[in-house]
Amino acid sequence: MEFALSDDQKMFQSSIQAYLADSAPLDLIRTAADGSHDTAAALKAGLLDLGLAHILVPKSHGGLGLGLLDSVLAQEALGGVVAPYDFTALALAITGLRLAGTEQQKTEWFFGLTTGDVEFGVALTEHVGVRENAGVMASSDGLNGKSLFVLNAAAATHFMVCDRAGGLHIVERDAAGLDVNTLDTIDRTRNFGELVFDNTPSIPLGPEGKSGDAADRMVSVGRLLLAADTLGASQSMLDKAVAYAGERKQFNRVIGSFQSVKHLCADMAAQIEPARSLVWHAAYLLDEQSDEASLLICLAKSHLAETGTHIARTATEVHGGMGFTDLLGLHYWFKRIGANRQLLGSPEAVRSEAARLQGWV
Amino acid sequence: MDLRLSEEYEIFRRDVASFLDANQDYAPTPDDRGLKHPKRIAWQKKLIENGLAARTIPAEYGGYGAEPDILKSRIIAEEFARTGLPKGSANQGVSMLVPTLLELGTEAQKQAYIKPTLHGEMIWCQGYSEPGAGSDLASLSTRAHIDGDDYVINGQKIWTSTAKQADMIFCLVRTEPDAKKHHGISYLIFSMDTPGIEVRPLVDMTMMANFNEVFFTDVRVPKSQIVGKAGAGWQVANATLTHERGMLGDPNAAKARLLAIATLMQTETINGERLIDNPGFRDRLVALQAQVYAMQANGLRVMTSKIQGESAGMAGLIVKLLGCELNHELARLAIDAMGEFGLLYGQNTPYLRDFGLWQQRYMYDLGLIIGGGTAQIQKNIIAERGLGMPREPKPAAV
Repeated sequence: MEFALSDDQKMFQSSIQAYLADSAPLDLIRTAADGSHDTAAALKAGLLDLGLAHILVPKSHGGLGLGLLDSVLAQEALGGVVAPYDFTALALAITGLRLAGTEQQKTEWFFGLTTGDVEFGVALTEHVGVRENAGVMASSDGLNGKSLFVLNAAAATHFMVCDRAGGLHIVERDAAGLDVNTLDTIDRTRNFGELVFDNTPSIPLGPEGKSGDAADRMVSVGRLLLAADTLGASQSMLDKAVAYAGERKQFNRVIGSFQSVKHLCADMAAQIEPARSLVWHAAYLLDEQSDEASLLICLAKSHLAETGTHIARTATEVHGGMGFTDLLGLHYWFKRIGANRQLLGSPEAVRSEAARLQGWV
Repeated sequence: MDLRLSEEYEIFRRDVASFLDANQDYAPTPDDRGLKHPKRIAWQKKLIENGLAARTIPAEYGGYGAEPDILKSRIIAEEFARTGLPKGSANQGVSMLVPTLLELGTEAQKQAYIKPTLHGEMIWCQGYSEPGAGSDLASLSTRAHIDGDDYVINGQKIWTSTAKQADMIFCLVRTEPDAKKHHGISYLIFSMDTPGIEVRPLVDMTMMANFNEVFFTDVRVPKSQIVGKAGAGWQVANATLTHERGMLGDPNAAKARLLAIATLMQTETINGERLIDNPGFRDRLVALQAQVYAMQANGLRVMTSKIQGESAGMAGLIVKLLGCELNHELARLAIDAMGEFGLLYGQNTPYLRDFGLWQQRYMYDLGLIIGGGTAQIQKNIIAERGLGMPREPKPAAV
C-alpha cells in the first residue's frame, strides 16, 4: 500500500520539467502561438528524445511499456509551461492503436510515432457530444460527414477518426476528399481543426475494422490527460502568483504580506493538493483496469475543470493589472485551462455521465 | 503507486468487517443520548477489547496494546465509514488528553486517568479559549499563582464543550506573568467538582448547549496536577492541537456522509419523482463526490508520507480547512434536498429525517470551520508555512 510516485517517476517528471524550463520559455510559447511550426517542431524533437512517445508504446514494440500515471506526469509538466505540443493527441493515438490495432498496424504506426515521422490528429469529439449535426459515417464508399475540434489538426500527418458507431479509422492528411479547416480558439498553444470528409478513403483499425470499446477508452485517457494538463497549468499559475506577490510592493509592503492576497493564494494551494491526489488516483485505477476507473476519470475531469477555472481567475487577480496584460503572458495559462475545461465534455456533461455510471439516473 | 493491500491486511479487513456485522445490534444510536449512556460505554469497551478503538494505547493503561500500524487504523476507519456504525470515542479526552499524557504525563497521571477516559467513564473538557484569547490563544489571561502546595486559579474560559458533563478539565493557565506570552503558560488537569468552578451553558445556533463558559474563582489545584513543566504549557498543548486539526477533516466521515445523501436522494420523492432525478441536485451531488474522493485520495497520500516517516507538506496542511468546509457543504446539500423537511428541528417532530442530523450538522459544522483554528488562521498557516509567503508585519506599538 503506497500512494506516492516512485523514484523513477519523480526523476522522469523532473527531467521533462528541466528540459522544458530551458527549452520552452515564454518567448517560445509566444512564437509558437503566433503560428511558427518550426518552433514547435524543434520542441517536439527534444521531447521525443526524452521518450515521450515511448511511454505508452508496449515494450514488445520498442516502447517503455509504462502507464497512464507516467503519462499524467508528462502531461502535467507540459501543462506547467503551456508547451505548444499536443501530447494528449499522441497518447490517444497510441491508445487507439494498442486497443484496436492489428499487430501489423501496431508495428507500422508505433515506429513512425516514436521517430516523429508520423504525427496524429485525433477526431473524437463526436463520440462524447454531437453539435451542428457533425459526426463521421463509415461505408464502403469511404468516410463521410465531419468532425469538429480535432486535436492537433495543424501538425498532423495522419488522423485517427472515430465514426458514429465507435469504429476507428486512420486517414492520411492528403487523402482525396478530405478538407482540413483550422478552428481558431482562445488557446493558441495547441491547435484545433475541422475535418470534412467526402467519400474519403481510410484504413479501418483492427481486424475486420472492429475497434471494440477502444473509443470509450480513448475518451477516458483524453479526459485524464486534460485534467493533468490543467493540474500542471494551475500549479504554475499559483507559483507565479506567489512569486509576484512576494515582489510587488504597494503601501510600502510586498502585497504577499497582506492577508487578503495571502488567503487567495492559500485557497488555490488548498484546492490543488487534493486535486492532484485525485488525478493520480484516477490514473492508477485506469492503469489497473479497475471497474471504478471510469467514474474516477469523470470525477477528476470535472473537478479539475472547476479547480483550474478558479485558480486561473484567482492567480490572474493576484497579479493585479499586470495579470490582465499580454506582457506577462499569464493569459496563455488562463486560456489553456479554459480549453481543457470544454474539451471531451464540460464539467456538467461529465458529472452527468458519472451519475449514470453509478446508476443514479 | 500500489493501492493493493497485502494478504495480512485483506484478512484484517475481513475480520473487522465480520466483527462489525456480527455486533451491529450493540451499537448505540443517536437516540441513546448522554455521553455516559450505558450502551455507549459498553460499545466502547467492546471496541477496545477487539482492537477497534484505543488500538495502540498500551494495555496497562486500558488500551488494546497493538503496535502502531497506520494502515490498520485506516482500514478500521474505512469499515466504520462503510457500515455507518459509530466508531470508538473520539472525544477531547481520548483524542487530545490521552496522547498528551502518554507523551508527557507522570506515571501516576497515566495510571489515574487514561483507562477511565478511554472507557468513556471519565469525560474531559478542554479549557483553552477565553473571551480575549481566541485565534491569539497564547495571549490567554486566566492566571494561577502558587499558594503552598496548590495552584490558585482565577479567570474565565469559553467555548468549553461538554463542561457540564465533564468530570475533569485540561486547562491552560498563565503561571509566569512576567515571561513572554508563549512561555508563561502551564497545562493543568483537575476535577470539575473542585470548589470555585462555575459552568454556564453557552447556547449556540443549534439551540443545544454544545458549549459553555467556565468561571474560576480561587480554584485550588494541587501542584502535582501539572502536565509537563511550569511555563511549558504552550508546547504541551500544541502537540495535541495538531492532532485535533487532523481529526476535524476525516475523509472517511465525509465519504459516509456522501453515501447517506445519495441514499436520501434516491429514497425521498417530490411530486412522485426521486430527488436524484432532479438534474440540479444530481449535479451538486456528483460535484461534492469529486471533492470527497479528492480528499480521500489526499488522505492516502498523507498516510503514505506518515508511513515513510516524511512530512506530508502541503497535502497535510490543507486537511482541516478543506475537510470542514466540505462537511458543511454536504450538510447544505442534504438540507436543500429535503426542502421544507429540512426545516424540521426537534426531537419528536413528525416527518423528521435522519434524526434531524443534517440540520444539526449544517449549523454545528459551521462552528467547526471557526473552531480549532479558524479558516482564516488555517489560510495564514498554508500561505506562510506551505507557500513561504511573508508574515503580516507587526503594527508599530501605539
